Amino acid sequence: MRDVAIVGANMLKFGRYPDKDVIQLASEAALAAMKDAGVTIKDIEIVTSGNLYQSNAMVGQRIMKEIGATGVPVINVTNACATGSTAFREAYMSVASGAYDTAMAIGSEQMGKMGLLGGGGGGDRAYSTEGVMGTGLMPGVFGQAGVEHMRKYGTTQAQFAKIAVKNHEHGVHNPYAQYQKETPLEEVLNARVVSWPNTLYMCCPTGDGAAAVVLMSADKAKQYTKKPVWVAASVLTSDPYTPRNPTMFDINTLTKNAAKEAYEKAGIGPEDLSQVELHDCFATAELLHYENLMLCGEGEAGQLIDEGATKIGGRIPVNASGGLLSKGHPLGATGVANIVEITWHLRDEAGARQVEGSKVGLAHVIGLGSACTINILKR
Amino acid sequence: MTQEATAAPEKKPILPFIKVPANFPTEDAYLWGSRCTACGAKFLGERTACGSCGATSFDEVRFGGEGEIYVFSVVHQSAPGIETPYIGAIVDLSDGVSVRANVTGLDPEKPSTDWFGKKVKMYGEKVATDRDGNEVIAAKFKVV
Repeated sequence: MRDVAIVGANMLKFGRYPDKDVIQLASEAALAAMKDAGVTIKDIEIVTSGNLYQSNAMVGQRIMKEIGATGVPVINVTNACATGSTAFREAYMSVASGAYDTAMAIGSEQMGKMGLLGGGGGGDRAYSTEGVMGTGLMPGVFGQAGVEHMRKYGTTQAQFAKIAVKNHEHGVHNPYAQYQKETPLEEVLNARVVSWPNTLYMCCPTGDGAAAVVLMSADKAKQYTKKPVWVAASVLTSDPYTPRNPTMFDINTLTKNAAKEAYEKAGIGPEDLSQVELHDCFATAELLHYENLMLCGEGEAGQLIDEGATKIGGRIPVNASGGLLSKGHPLGATGVANIVEITWHLRDEAGARQVEGSKVGLAHVIGLGSACTINILKR
Repeated sequence: MTQEATAAPEKKPILPFIKVPANFPTEDAYLWGSRCTACGAKFLGERTACGSCGATSFDEVRFGGEGEIYVFSVVHQSAPGIETPYIGAIVDLSDGVSVRANVTGLDPEKPSTDWFGKKVKMYGEKVATDRDGNEVIAAKFKVV
């Protein structure tokens, strides 16, 4: 495998775009990323496109018809919430393998208003198990995951709530976030419960969005940019067998496996990270991933948030972007967007939320079912 | 439009790993599954191969209804048409398999860490009637 750099990165502000379709959103992000890289569509040798809700509709090729149908290979990728980050990894692999010199990864999604509570149509509704055989929808699943941490380590609802407080504090400074609003602890705890222990402000909003990055081989990258961002590791895992897993999603084991492999590949440890963008689809999830990514020891995540270690300015800033809790979570765009965020920090271009002197950043996404990606980027 | 007379309504399980006896509810519903003959891993329902070791030989197991609450969430907001709040739990059966199920007999407005490990027992409950008039039976767990 050879060295690969990100030379262009950009995204649209996440939010609601009822007057645009997903192809327009993705195309705008792709053009912005190519402009940032100083290339045109004629320089792109392969395109990977992450999109979930229209995964049967050749989104990647339709983007190319909109921005320049050059006839290059286009791969449509779907991997639940890890869709965008898996598309990024496919683009990375295409260049790292030596097969191509320049690749573009695009992530896009138009969520509409149903979000994660949208029910599937068709079939006989009498056989829908939701609410009569427990819960398989994401709010319930991530509620249970948090409750498991309570059971193991005595973590409290207030500790989970502090994640939302912190991320919303960060989000105030991110013009690309869907919401820029602080939520004090009282407000988070008193908000209506969605799925205990997560209240409304502990759940990510749903919205539309798109993000894109341009990747190049090392030699080529040096011709295009003075600030290459290097991909030190790009790892994808699925969930290995654990006894409860067929029934209860295990979001921990595959993240731990991915972290171990990523640190090994990058030749660094968690203590070398300047910052982390991790998958806070719900406040409970972020706390669990502190341990999964080895930012602290097993059972110490509650203490880590209590101490403020994961705030900007703390020992290991997590979700300086405001996280999905502030940004929103357009499924296919999410994984590319958190690579864009880390890239901006590594280039000192993150504005008021900049993690000062950031040198190494980790981007983590998990898609339930499950898929976990970890990308470690460095300047 | 006319239709041929259909068979008398039946009692049908909402998921294939629930067995509903013909004389339900006199005889209660129960769960069944597969035990891998190679590694012993247990699963609800029928398997093509073992998710743990990949072997393809299984013994059919009838699970007892006793278990305990491993974890739970209280769902207050859900998809349209789903009654809330309810306790959505992961129940560990004493036979060594876990089930995703509703737990009844606790106050969903007062979630508590005291619920961990609470003993529960399975029962079948009619939760819907399908298009053909069949009674649809789910497995729920009541605190004992």
